[in-house]
Amino acid sequence: MEPITLFKKKYTRLEKITKATCVVEADNVGYEELAYVAGRPAQVVKIMGNEVTLQVFSGTEGLGTNAEVIFTGRPPVLKVGDDLSGRFLNAYGNPIDYGPEIEGEIREIGGPSVNPVKRKQPSEFIPTGIAGIDLNNTLVTGQKIPFFADPDQPFNEVMSLVALRAKADKIILGGMGLLNDDYLYFRRIFENAGALHRIVCFINTTDDPPVERLLIPDMALTAAEYFAADKGEKVLVLLTDMTLYSDALSIVSNKMDQIPSKDSMPGSLYSDLARIYEKAVQLDNGGSITIIAVTTLSGGDITHAIPDNTGYITEGQLFLRRNTDIGKVIIDPFRSLSRLKNLVIGKKTRSDHAQVMNAAVRLYADAMNARSKQENGFDLTDYDMRTLQYARDYARQILAIDVNIGPDEMLNQTWSLFGKYFSKEEVSIKAEFTDRYWPIKDQ
Amino acid sequence: MTTGFIKAIISNLLIVEANGPFRQNEICYILDGNKKLMAEVIKADRNKAYIQAFESTRMLKYGTPVEFSGHMLEATLGPGLLSGNYDGLLHNLSAMQTNFIQKGDYPPALDFNKQWNFTPLVREGVRLQAGDWLGEVMENSIIHKIMVPFTLSGFWEVSRIAEGGDYKISDTIAELTDTNGRTVEVTMVQRWPVKKPVTAFLEKFRPGQLMETGIRIIDTMNPILQGGTGFIPGPFGSGKTVLQQSIARQAEADIVIIAACGERANEVVDLFTEFPELDDPWTGRKLIERTIIIANTSNMPVAAREASVYTAMTLGEYYRAMGLKVLLLADSTSRWAQALREMSNRLEELPGQDAFPVDLPSIISNFYARTGLVRLNNGKTGAITFIGTVSPAGGNLKEPVTESTRKATRCFYGLSQQRADSKRYPAIDPIDSYSKYLEYPEYLESMKDKTGENWFEKINELKNILLKGKEAYEQISILGDDGVSIDFHTAYWHAEVVDYVFLQQDAFDEIDARTPMERQKYMVDHLLETLHTPVKFYGFDEVQPFYKKIIDRYKQMNYEAFMSPAFVSYSEEIKKLLASPAAIS
Ligand SMILES: Nc1ncnc2c1ncn2[C@@H]1O[C@H](COP(=O)(O)OP(=O)(O)OP(=O)(O)O)[C@@H](O)[C@H]1O
Ligand SMILES: [Mg+2]
Repeated sequence: MEPITLFKKKYTRLEKITKATCVVEADNVGYEELAYVAGRPAQVVKIMGNEVTLQVFSGTEGLGTNAEVIFTGRPPVLKVGDDLSGRFLNAYGNPIDYGPEIEGEIREIGGPSVNPVKRKQPSEFIPTGIAGIDLNNTLVTGQKIPFFADPDQPFNEVMSLVALRAKADKIILGGMGLLNDDYLYFRRIFENAGALHRIVCFINTTDDPPVERLLIPDMALTAAEYFAADKGEKVLVLLTDMTLYSDALSIVSNKMDQIPSKDSMPGSLYSDLARIYEKAVQLDNGGSITIIAVTTLSGGDITHAIPDNTGYITEGQLFLRRNTDIGKVIIDPFRSLSRLKNLVIGKKTRSDHAQVMNAAVRLYADAMNARSKQENGFDLTDYDMRTLQYARDYARQILAIDVNIGPDEMLNQTWSLFGKYFSKEEVSIKAEFTDRYWPIKDQ
Repeated sequence: MTTGFIKAIISNLLIVEANGPFRQNEICYILDGNKKLMAEVIKADRNKAYIQAFESTRMLKYGTPVEFSGHMLEATLGPGLLSGNYDGLLHNLSAMQTNFIQKGDYPPALDFNKQWNFTPLVREGVRLQAGDWLGEVMENSIIHKIMVPFTLSGFWEVSRIAEGGDYKISDTIAELTDTNGRTVEVTMVQRWPVKKPVTAFLEKFRPGQLMETGIRIIDTMNPILQGGTGFIPGPFGSGKTVLQQSIARQAEADIVIIAACGERANEVVDLFTEFPELDDPWTGRKLIERTIIIANTSNMPVAAREASVYTAMTLGEYYRAMGLKVLLLADSTSRWAQALREMSNRLEELPGQDAFPVDLPSIISNFYARTGLVRLNNGKTGAITFIGTVSPAGGNLKEPVTESTRKATRCFYGLSQQRADSKRYPAIDPIDSYSKYLEYPEYLESMKDKTGENWFEKINELKNILLKGKEAYEQISILGDDGVSIDFHTAYWHAEVVDYVFLQQDAFDEIDARTPMERQKYMVDHLLETLHTPVKFYGFDEVQPFYKKIIDRYKQMNYEAFMSPAFVSYSEEIKKLLASPAAIS
């Protein structure tokens, strides 16, 4: 997105400058139009007569009142085309990998939404091998789902693992406020997997201005829409970290003197996030956009406005938690949820899937009750003891993020845990399934 | 016609300088190149109109011309609305050509070319008023009344009525004359401003008849009545949408209107995909035939989201005036409130609690007041039953939308995070939830035929068992399993039996998903008999295994067809367990 000076209006007087915005008197300017202020990309966020307020993405530090303002006559755009494959770009869609400029068709970012009646119901199972996901929180193409994780958890690692196993035609990474080390980590892991040709990355690191992050999801999703809608490809979009994205939103709304609502987030946070996540879609040409995001929590608090609004928008969440019993990070079966799982389990997977999944989690919940009984110094019943033993095995064989097994194997292993520790009544699954799958005990 | 031009743009709020008079809530059009974008006046300040655009304002400019339409946001009402998918402003989504929604693409809701077979219901010379029936057409399996337009006031004489036959909706089917000799021509289409309640009926009266949903924890424990109001608050992922969609599929209603208000597009796709396939359990016809979907998903413009609930309500009022039982569902009313908040903030109004507009409670109560059971001028009745979901921020039920909605409704179906986490679905909290209709003598009287004399006493007993179980659980947690008498364990497990067998219901199992009232009554009696049977335990550790067995047999029963051989045999097994040596009285 190089500055275009051709037939564009230029202005050389700023009326006002604040930390993130400046005001210029100008004619014939469009709302959300992209401009350059002394070469810095900026966007129109308010028009009051001739007074145009511009949000300067990289900040206004050092701007002179005589800075040159050039309007481009269009909103921010991305050039889309097959050229994008394998490329690393910044928030403006410009290469940061020392490769050539991108050639392609110019598309507005943050464009219109898909007509809901033109969508298809998501129905394709995405196996990841991670049983905590595939068994309990099955993913489906066209879904949008974040990892909820504390900052010290290995969310980027799990996310890249899922991405590489997911058999997507394209993986598009939108990195917001990435540590440079994490950026390099993603590069290496995609390279090592020989997946570079099917990857596009839009990267904003902690070295870049925070407000630039606001462009990243729209850039990534515009690229995704090109591959999914135009090319009929299955696209997986990774957005990390959406909490840092939301922080940037609150910086801007604060500077614009908007009344903050909960947790000093803008009152429009729900709509702002929904606009991004709702780009996830299953199209009738077979193309799809699946969004896997990261929302970091502070101290596991999911009532904070960012995870709370996210949870209300996405189709579930994958909650990472350290399990001290086995000393590993697990996919927490209680707080995690895939809302689209019902579209595939028992249909694309074995018919006992739903019942096995529910029974296993119920027994795990019993174990947690037994645990708290134990911690409060009460005697445990025989059943309590068995649930605790079961919980340890279940965490290790199913919930841990380093598990990598196929869908039938997950069910078989869970059945054998049932048989090992419980009676049929205690597991309480439809007779049809117990008759078929209950393990024969070797005495 | 008043025109104007854009002076200012702040997101979807525009300030327009007008050259003539305009009205609050008037619709105007922004002339963006060859497109006309809809917007609504939300504030007037001298010659400045503050308007909210129902579209993205991207690339609009200072000076862009605006035309005022002279009317408020209106719904176009007539035969052909059923089975349709519309946006919040009642534009036909199915008639849009492109995959992506184009700005300014507004296909009308109704098909103006389709022929309908009209049968007149009145003769010339009859005196009528707004809402009275002139004739009827068949719309799917619904008898769709053609009415005197709601906008006509006073009495009108039918000076001409069309003969039976095929007509288009815009053909004149009657001519009406008022006492001053003024004549109007009536077609099968009428328009009504959505933000105004339709009052073309004789009176409203108290609901008294159950609206059966097949969901046990609702119908038996916390019933909602025809013409009643209820709401479902719950944190994200607790099951509001699943519950509401079960109600949409199973409820005893002639018409179901679903307003997807600022929620996920994929959830609407579920409806589009499944409703044409599924049968209405009451008529055996396809569900889609009785359904209207208003889809204003979260990525669609915020202002249209606010309009969508009013559009849905207006459609409900239209069908209610035909003497039909309408069920209106909105998911989620919090998104509507948030849309109001966004605009109020942009208008720089003084914020109320959590930055919501200060008049939020009255906006909500005025909206709910449009529902209800009415007697029409011809003595027939019609009903709008309304159930809305509420999405409280942080799951905290003390926030303004939940509190305001609680005051405006009679049934509270609070979903509990804890129950959802432990997959006890539907996660309706059995202790905190209520239906005020249980206090309506009309209702209790009406249930006598269906459920026998002491239904209310039985419901109370179930509730008591749950309450006692909860208390027992708290005691056991404090004192330990052997720190309390066996009775505490029994009380706890009695509550668990009621919970697992009756309250929990698998929305995804073909049989369990819907329990007709007859079966609910049977199960209540069966359960109470089981729980009345004294069972002797010698140690607390015998209680749990025993009741787990009981629960298991009951759950198997729930999965079997009512009174099928398998159902009966599980029932007999339960009787045997109760009579077994472990259970000496
Ligand atoms: N009755 C039920 N039986 C089985 N599973 C259920 C039931 N109700 C909810 N669930 C599970 O919980 C998930 C979330 O439910 P739902 O989408 O209805 O939540 P919600 O309260 O509407 O959330 P949000 O506020 O985010 O829209 C479902 O996808 C399903 O997996
Ligand atoms: Mg929902």
